Amino acid sequence: MIKSILIFNNHGKPRLIRFYQYFPEDMQQQIIRETFHLVSKRDDNVCNFLEGGSLIGGSDYKLIYRHYATLYFVFCVDSSESELGILDLIQVFVETLDKCFENVCELDLIFHMDKVHYILQEVVMGGMVLETNMNDIVAQVELQNRMEKSEGGLSAAPARAISAVKNMNLPEMPRNINIGDINIKVQSLSPF
Amino acid sequence: MRGLAVFISDIRNCKSKEAEVKRINKELANIRSKFKGDKALDGYSKKKYVCKLLFIFLLGHDIDFGHMEAVNLLSSNKYTEKQIGYLFISVLVNSNSDLISLINNGIKNDLASRNPTFMNLALHCIANVGSREMAEAFASQIPSILVAGDTMDSVKQSAALCLLRLNRTSPDLVPMGEWTARVVHLLNDQHLGVVTAATSLITTLAQKSPEDFRTSISLAVARLSRIVTSASIDLQDYTYYFVAAPWLSVKLLRLLQCYPPPEDAALRSRLTECLETILNKAQEPPKSKKVQHSNAKNAVLFEAIALIIHHDSEPTLLVRACNQLGQFLQHRETNLRYLALESMCTLASSEFSHEAVKTHIDTVINALKTERDVSVRQRAVDLLYAMCDRSNSKQIVAEMLSYLENADYSIREEIVLKVAILAEKYAVDYTWYVDTILNLIRIAGDHVSEEVWYRVIQIVINQDDVQGYAAKTVFEALQTPACHENLLKVGGYILGEFGNLIAGDPRSSPLVQFNLLHSKFHLCSVPTRALLLSAYIKFINLFPEVKPTIQDVLRSDSQLRNADVELQQRAIEYLRLSCIASTDILATVLEEMPPFPERESSILAKLKKKKGPGKVPDMDEARWNVNGNTEHSENTEPTNKSSPPSLVADLLPTNRPRPASYSPTILSAGNMAPSHPFTDLLNMNSSPAAGASLLVDVLFVCKNNGVIFENQLLQIGLKSEYRQNLGRIYVFYGNKTSSQFLSFSSSVTSSDTLKTHILPLLRLLLTDLSLNVHTMPVDPTVEGGAQLQQILNIECLSDFSDTPVLNVQFRYGGTLQNIAVKLPVMLNKFFQPTEMTSEDFFQRWKQLGVPQQEVQTIFKAQHPMDTDVTNAKILGFGVALLSGVDPNPANFVGAGVIHTKNTQVGCLLRLEPNPQAEMYRLTLRTSRESVSQRLCDLLSEQF
Repeated sequence: MIKSILIFNNHGKPRLIRFYQYFPEDMQQQIIRETFHLVSKRDDNVCNFLEGGSLIGGSDYKLIYRHYATLYFVFCVDSSESELGILDLIQVFVETLDKCFENVCELDLIFHMDKVHYILQEVVMGGMVLETNMNDIVAQVELQNRMEKSEGGLSAAPARAISAVKNMNLPEMPRNINIGDINIKVQSLSPF
Repeated sequence: MRGLAVFISDIRNCKSKEAEVKRINKELANIRSKFKGDKALDGYSKKKYVCKLLFIFLLGHDIDFGHMEAVNLLSSNKYTEKQIGYLFISVLVNSNSDLISLINNGIKNDLASRNPTFMNLALHCIANVGSREMAEAFASQIPSILVAGDTMDSVKQSAALCLLRLNRTSPDLVPMGEWTARVVHLLNDQHLGVVTAATSLITTLAQKSPEDFRTSISLAVARLSRIVTSASIDLQDYTYYFVAAPWLSVKLLRLLQCYPPPEDAALRSRLTECLETILNKAQEPPKSKKVQHSNAKNAVLFEAIALIIHHDSEPTLLVRACNQLGQFLQHRETNLRYLALESMCTLASSEFSHEAVKTHIDTVINALKTERDVSVRQRAVDLLYAMCDRSNSKQIVAEMLSYLENADYSIREEIVLKVAILAEKYAVDYTWYVDTILNLIRIAGDHVSEEVWYRVIQIVINQDDVQGYAAKTVFEALQTPACHENLLKVGGYILGEFGNLIAGDPRSSPLVQFNLLHSKFHLCSVPTRALLLSAYIKFINLFPEVKPTIQDVLRSDSQLRNADVELQQRAIEYLRLSCIASTDILATVLEEMPPFPERESSILAKLKKKKGPGKVPDMDEARWNVNGNTEHSENTEPTNKSSPPSLVADLLPTNRPRPASYSPTILSAGNMAPSHPFTDLLNMNSSPAAGASLLVDVLFVCKNNGVIFENQLLQIGLKSEYRQNLGRIYVFYGNKTSSQFLSFSSSVTSSDTLKTHILPLLRLLLTDLSLNVHTMPVDPTVEGGAQLQQILNIECLSDFSDTPVLNVQFRYGGTLQNIAVKLPVMLNKFFQPTEMTSEDFFQRWKQLGVPQQEVQTIFKAQHPMDTDVTNAKILGFGVALLSGVDPNPANFVGAGVIHTKNTQVGCLLRLEPNPQAEMYRLTLRTSRESVSQRLCDLLSEQF
């Protein structure tokens, strides 16, 4: 199983961290630092596997990583996973990101952290490989995007009538309308 | 979400860490006030703030609020809000949060919603958090979602993995039931994603209860065969860079590794065909130059090889696998070289391929020298260690030693351990061993742990023939101006014990030896100096001529008033001892160390600890012992070499290896040994079972009567009988001399492991010596030429693997004699033979088909392969020999039941001789793993 997934850049700045086994927050940061330290000093043409750092546990674990441009993708896995399989999985994940963001770069990961999480969730679930078929993953992500758009469109709709009509079938109509209302206000105020 | 983007930009523009912290604190305050504020927040704002908190968390700041808001988002009707709520929870909520019940409520609603997207979110959350409360709440519900006919494929996938996760975290809560059979059928599902998830699930479940999932073998083979043989276009989306469903293939091959090779011949040949096809494909030209293509293809290939190694039954496949790995060893792709070395390590332990692996030794050594990647070099070290045997040990040890000079610091200690183990294990003459270890200390002194230098001392002490050589060698090694402190420790100890062996040479006269040691004294740490002081007092005994010099040293202020209390105390006591004790007393007190008891090498234990269980290649530990060929010598001879009185114990430096059986009394005025942490490390607190030869173990497995010990004084013979879980041993002690043995007593103890493991299991009821049944005489005597009989009653409470030790103590001619002999009480003594028909036998054989229940070993014949002798040995082992059961009449088949107090363990065994290769294959199946292993160990020593 996959114990954790870490993405950080060439300077060790974390861009996504996902632990499938509980570690206290300070441990998590320590693990990131240690992993960065282990991975970053390796040449690009050495192998992609190394024995897990002491923090993340034991000899049964390996770090499997790939380095793309400015980012390191590191998976910490136990011996029940195939090393090459995980390498390919990282590739699938990155290719999927590339499809979803159109030429993905580090900035996409920074500003759309939530989205990256959602894409990852379609690939890995609770530390286990969920889906490896890129078309399936992309289709799921697109479905999410469509739902997001339709909900966003709903809340942003200028005419209350339309939303009212659309909401007619929903059981909790009044609250929904309220939400729509405030949403509009908040957006126009843009407090930040 | 513009606010989020602005915030992130702000953070990125911060020039310093302080500015960043300030900005974050401001934002946290803002969010906190928004959450606390009177105004109800709408879903969008909540979503935005939760996103910000996630970002702040990523930067390494603790988030201690916002959980409640995230939980509220779960009940939103909007997908995006729900989604971020779940995300926050799975990233930030740990499994023992108080919010779990609220979260569970949200999950429950979503699971019941029949909306596949919501159900997926809920299942993801359960899998990600995986807490016990969640398992309690949902473990019973998820199987029904998984096998329901109308569940969407994507939900099935999530449900399978969710169940797998819960099974990992709280296996007791996941009920097995009629769904298990239906899960197996998911292997036939149309949707390959569902099949992949189901395969992962079944693999985990099958490891725990193989019987329930046995039907998955045929389905998995069928599925695999379809994938492997299909033209890759058939699988559409699941073809990855021209490789058909690589992940699924890997998973299926993993699943098959839970089971032995299929019994059904057709199925077996279909699987073999698959494996052959995979091996063939490796030879085809690649369909793409992309690394992804070769990765995917080789992922399947390596897994197939792993399965071949696991089955360990098809020599042709094994040899092909080995050749394939051999190709990879020289591949330009570093990853493949790494994996090839790793796989070969497991292959090296199979008898079929061990020789084939050995042919690659030059490539592996070359890898060790030329690889640029430390991970790969480490694998090369592992493989050299695994492929080492008597034929190539010198070469391998030499290569590892030369590599050690430049090795990365991170792996030096491990290499040191490995070299030390190999050097000991394959030492033909101990001079080579001593040289190797001294080299180790010279090259990598800092990485030589205590275990290693303790071990060399133990071996030198136990091997008479190497002592002179060792003294000479350490003396020479100490000449180098900058020798390592560890060398000084070994040198001090060995010269203190055996310096007299080289004192005849004027170049190493006592004074020269002493001056050499003392010239380094002041540069060492306190423990080493303490050890050297003990060496000095030993010198006083060995060489009376240097006594004044040493007394001067001890008397100097730097010793007598040393700030370190241990050193000071030693100096004072040793000085005093040297002044007041007569030569005789001195000689007794400072007697040469008696041999150390046999035990598992502490180095091996250390390596195991370092590498974790299962990582040390099978090194045949059963035969591991220090003095494989020593007799019960030194301390039983009627000379004054008998066991020294107690002061020795106190005279030893605190961290010096010693048998701790001598209770410290006489010199205890200074409680010199505060505690001996190191002795524990070395398992020193065991009885001095020095004489307990391993031979007893081997010879008495298949026989019950005979002489187990004999020296000039005493003969110990046995007659034993066993019925079910009870046994009775008559022990005969024969006095071979013409004078009395005084204070004769005996006791049965166990080695240190026995204390913890066996004693509760094997109850030894000692009756009194039969001469005087009722009152055990305080000071019984055995007249010259007389025989004494003792009865031991034994009850086997549970299965065990260690051997009890019989300790005998008596006075002869004024000296105390200690003898320790292993009592041949092994698990197989409690066998009751069982006759059965061929049909019964195979039916039971199949019933015991779980991998853990079977233990198999392949070994070289140690004795001529004679059928009658083998028959007799198997009968002596305690099982019934079944004829006409095995289709091959040359094979031996046996059956029996082990009786212990609590249970009975049925046991089937099969021994297949191969006269051409002079090898045997021994297979044992019992219902208990530990029993299979123990019996296999015992019996395999016999042929």
